[in-house]
Amino acid sequence: MATSSTGSTLKGWANSGSPWVWLAAGSVSLSLVMVFGLLLLIAARGLGQFWPGEIWRFELAPTAQGPGVPLLGEIAEEETVSATRARAAGEVIPENLTEVRRLLIKAGNRDLTGFDFKWLGVPQIVATTQPADALVVEREEWGNLYGFLADVRENGKSVAQGAQLWPELAARLERKRGLRAEIKHIEKDVIGGINYGIERLRLKQHKLELDGRADAAAVATLHARKLELEQEYTKANEHLAKLNQEIARDTLLFRTAGGEEKEIPFAKLVRVAQPNAMNIPQKIVHYCSKLREFLFDEPREANTEGGVFPAIFGTVLMVIIMSLFATPFGVIAAIYLREYATQGPLTGAIRIAVNNLAGVPSVVYGVFGLGFFVYFVGGSIDALLFPERLPAPTFGTPGLLWSSLTLSILTVPVVIVATEEGLARIPRAIREGSLALGATKAETLWRIVLPMATPAMMTGLILAVARAAGEVAPLMMVGVVKLAPSLPLDGNFPYVHLDRKFMHLGFHIYDVGFQSPNVEAARPLVYATALLLVAIIMALNLAAISIRNRLREKYNAADH
Amino acid sequence: MDEILAGELSRAESRRRLRMLKDRLFGVSMGVGGVAVIGTLLLIFLYLLYVVFPLFVPARVATLETNTIPLAADPAFVAFEEYGEVGLAVGGDGTYSFFATADGAAIAGGALVPAGARATTVRAGGRIGRTLAVGLADGSVVVAKPGYVVSFPDDRRKIAPAMNFPVGEAPIPATGDGSAVQLLAAETADEQTTVVAWSAAGRLVLTHLSVTVNMLEDEKTLEKSAVEVPIQDKDLVFLSLNSEQTMLLAAAANGHVSYYDIRDKAKPALVERILATEAGKRITAVEPLAGGVSFLVGDSGGRISQWFQVRDRENNLRFKRIRSFSDFSAPVVAIEPEYARKGFAALDASGRLAIYHTTSERMLVDRASGVPGARLLAYTPRADGLGVIGAERRLGRLAVKNDHPEVSWRALWGQVWYESRNQPEFIWQSSSAASDFEPKFSLTPLVFGTIKAAFYACFFAVPIAIFGAVYTAYFMSPRLRTVIKPSIEIMAALPTVILGFLAGLWLAPLVELHLAGIFLAIFCLPVSMIAASLIWNYLPSALRHRVPAGTEAMMLLPVVGFVIWASMNLSAPMETAWFGGNLPMWLNSHFGWTYDQRNSLVVGVAMGFAVIPNIYSISEDAVFSVPQHLTNGSLALGATPWQTVTRVVLLTASPGIFSAVMIGLGRAVGETMIVLMSTGNTPVMDFSIFKGFRALSANIAVEMPESAVGSTHYRVLFLAALVLFMITFAFNTVAEIVRQRLRVRYGNL
Repeated sequence: MATSSTGSTLKGWANSGSPWVWLAAGSVSLSLVMVFGLLLLIAARGLGQFWPGEIWRFELAPTAQGPGVPLLGEIAEEETVSATRARAAGEVIPENLTEVRRLLIKAGNRDLTGFDFKWLGVPQIVATTQPADALVVEREEWGNLYGFLADVRENGKSVAQGAQLWPELAARLERKRGLRAEIKHIEKDVIGGINYGIERLRLKQHKLELDGRADAAAVATLHARKLELEQEYTKANEHLAKLNQEIARDTLLFRTAGGEEKEIPFAKLVRVAQPNAMNIPQKIVHYCSKLREFLFDEPREANTEGGVFPAIFGTVLMVIIMSLFATPFGVIAAIYLREYATQGPLTGAIRIAVNNLAGVPSVVYGVFGLGFFVYFVGGSIDALLFPERLPAPTFGTPGLLWSSLTLSILTVPVVIVATEEGLARIPRAIREGSLALGATKAETLWRIVLPMATPAMMTGLILAVARAAGEVAPLMMVGVVKLAPSLPLDGNFPYVHLDRKFMHLGFHIYDVGFQSPNVEAARPLVYATALLLVAIIMALNLAAISIRNRLREKYNAADH
Repeated sequence: MDEILAGELSRAESRRRLRMLKDRLFGVSMGVGGVAVIGTLLLIFLYLLYVVFPLFVPARVATLETNTIPLAADPAFVAFEEYGEVGLAVGGDGTYSFFATADGAAIAGGALVPAGARATTVRAGGRIGRTLAVGLADGSVVVAKPGYVVSFPDDRRKIAPAMNFPVGEAPIPATGDGSAVQLLAAETADEQTTVVAWSAAGRLVLTHLSVTVNMLEDEKTLEKSAVEVPIQDKDLVFLSLNSEQTMLLAAAANGHVSYYDIRDKAKPALVERILATEAGKRITAVEPLAGGVSFLVGDSGGRISQWFQVRDRENNLRFKRIRSFSDFSAPVVAIEPEYARKGFAALDASGRLAIYHTTSERMLVDRASGVPGARLLAYTPRADGLGVIGAERRLGRLAVKNDHPEVSWRALWGQVWYESRNQPEFIWQSSSAASDFEPKFSLTPLVFGTIKAAFYACFFAVPIAIFGAVYTAYFMSPRLRTVIKPSIEIMAALPTVILGFLAGLWLAPLVELHLAGIFLAIFCLPVSMIAASLIWNYLPSALRHRVPAGTEAMMLLPVVGFVIWASMNLSAPMETAWFGGNLPMWLNSHFGWTYDQRNSLVVGVAMGFAVIPNIYSISEDAVFSVPQHLTNGSLALGATPWQTVTRVVLLTASPGIFSAVMIGLGRAVGETMIVLMSTGNTPVMDFSIFKGFRALSANIAVEMPESAVGSTHYRVLFLAALVLFMITFAFNTVAEIVRQRLRVRYGNL
């Protein structure tokens, strides 16, 4: 229909409206390029960052300040800019150039040089090599180190030479990992549990005092229990001190490209690699280990390194609790609207209102959640149930429960609309058949209509979950934090801590990308997090679409 | 047999009853649940309204009891401590009394002046610390400072007042020549004390005292310097020092106010002498407003005006009358500023009492003072109580409920002349480190930012989305459509935090670096599409017919990709050739346009991602559901497909497209994370595409967690949320109604 050409003359071409049609087609192409370009960008940057990149050594031309210091690092980005801009950025560019190609080098060694990323104009570079023994050291603090392995020492004494250094390093790193896991267990689970217990005892005592039931016997019992815990604490602390001593045994001597040497305790190391010497299978192993760290470990260095496990965990838990509220209530409201309410102008108006609530900005829900749930409901709960903790708020402060409730109000319209649509699609004949056989309305609904509408409810739920997982603005007000000290689910009674603040993938992106002191270093991690979030949400949406399509086919068939 | 049947029947009957009961229970629970859920959704609106409502409740004043101040002489000064429980009155004879405000019972008292000395004037300093000074007939001055020690024995508040003398109890000569002190101003802080005295002999003398404490011997030494301040007027009625002791204000009854810079205590310099009343009126009351930036002048005509320094065209600071309140018809008797906010209470000679707020220009309370012979006012520090002092030492107490005086229609939406600004402006600046800061709650720049965001978003999104929708619905091959439509729709599901992050961290630097390329691409994209059409037209028809109809969009994919790639790569050469190597800088030097990295162009593109799928999806539905016989008829009459589109399809579907744009606008208005992350968030009012803005939604997200519950700021943010709620709700409702009517119309066609 479109290109039914009315002749190949210029006039005919113009009159046929063909340019407009192509312009309209171009809009679709542009939209497609935008969507897939965006997804590709996130995918490439998000997945690429775990691959061990080659380490290059750049010999630099001497500058006015002195001879060029060689630079070792990975190439993070490259671009072409006009020479004027490069000069404005402080680079020395030869006079005859109008454009310059420049590389962003991830050079690490922030504590030694003061920078960890550096733009390098290509004209500055005299020679590039890929030293096979170049070493990249990931540390718990201060970011990566790029350089060469000089020595491995035990209590200050060298333990290996030459080719023996690398295996020795690997073995000792393994030992360190075991010790580190043990230290973490003691710090987090053992000592954390003891502290939690002591705090609970304090609150219990305060509560007894408030109620006027703090007699000598009760206080003595609490005191005895507290002493017990304190003894445990001392013991755990002693063990911890011993482990810390052990982990401090080994050090690594490290040499930068400029020849500077630095001794790093093994306790501070996370991962050591020689990417230039790796073959493909080794690189894949390295990649998987980095990916595992990203998915299952906790963040380090103000969230710019390490993993996002607490954020994944927080997002999932929040979404689950939200679904527990949103699904039943959304379904009930939809059944009421469709099956019980008298269909009149009022119901029509309510339907429009519910529909429109899905379009109300999420930040408005956040404001509501903060004012109503956190300050009003939460404040009242604190005054009634937790007087012993005041003035420190328990539920009167943003937390997991309030986030889930706020988002369930935000997503309930989605569930209502989808369920109603599903109910409307069920042919009348089926309903009437059931009623004619003597079933009551409730039985018809429960046994016949609702099972048939289940896929529609699923669609609604999935869409609600997809929306909730991606929302950030309301959560900033009602419960997410950049770094939660503990997960909302742990081994301490009552196990699910609905009052705790939590981490969230979406907020993690906002926080790391925009609030972090070292955005350049954090960027790869933000891309990876974004990819993870996009993948989750796209998967949920595709599931919803496919369920909806299957549903349509099913009932279209039932109609005829 | 019958029994069995009867049993069977009754069992069936009871089962039937149970089923009916279950049915009814189910119905009731669905009804209750459904109404509850819908009620909860309604609750959002009501709750926002409930929080916002107090902003617009007028201030209320309730008369409490009237007591008699336990003093022998008429009080010259009355003040209250922080909680308003203890009052302090100083008599004109130099005696003082701390008393319980509730019943007027004396707590402590004494005399500020030595026995035998005769007090001539009493003056209290600024609201911070309330330095007291009593001038004596022999030209000397006593400086005192009230102090309150608060303790909580047995969990009950106990306030113990005491009078301190920072430069000693002995009077300090302050007029130089021994003539009586007529007027006085004094401030003391950190061992520095400044006293300015106007003597009966017509001399204005500034005395500076500094106390040095010798740590070793625990001895205090007092250093004193005195200098005469030149003054033109001879009928001074009022002196005032700011709490930093750097500025002196001297007002004369003839209406002139002289303003001195006294940072150098040895050389007071006259900054400006202004006429602060209308001709023929006398000054009857002068008080600095909280914060000390502006002062209030009350005159015999009943007018109260606010003055502060404003930069004139020559860049000199000059005092200017900013606003006046002319509600009184009798002379102003007393002005009592609040301790922390920019409000004040005033009293006129007829006993009329009014409470004002300067920023919002509101008269909040207007009533009779209720105390005969009222001549003095005293606010409690928290501005929740007001004392009116009348004849025969009577103290009438008023409870004041005035929580949000700074909000008015004008303060929220209009231009307001804030302190230290050069002209009335729209400013949003809700908080600052200083406690006496004047909050600036103009929502206009925020609404402007929101509109700007929505405008630029729609500027990019609307043409692409509508053109795309028309093509998809009308020209695209059906098989392709089932794939393409959901692909674009899925964009709507992308979390906006990701769009915002990409816009802020990837697109913004990219656009800055390739600005020339971006504009080249915007220009070249449509051109290349039309060119592709032309080339296609001239291709041999054998080749053309081999490609199925309705796949132009696929054929254009490489073209679009290539144009964007080429534009980006041509950017640097273009800049070098024509724009001095740096387009943003070139724009600045040639047109004076400043370029923010995170600007409206970036927001427009990023928000386009969020808005395109909405508009696209709904308009596509509208175009697709245009009845087939209409288009067929048009085509049969010889119209080209494109003519059919513009004259039949678009016309029929226009309400649907309109509602699509409304929904898109609604989404753009409420979008938070994109504007938060890809603009600079500075509340400027500038429509330039190269500048950022601060939108309502982003402002809420940033400021809400930090605002104090129940404060004006908190409620204004709720108001902003309510405005957003109503805008989007209105947009969506209009769109929904238009769509429903369209559906009916299609049904009829």
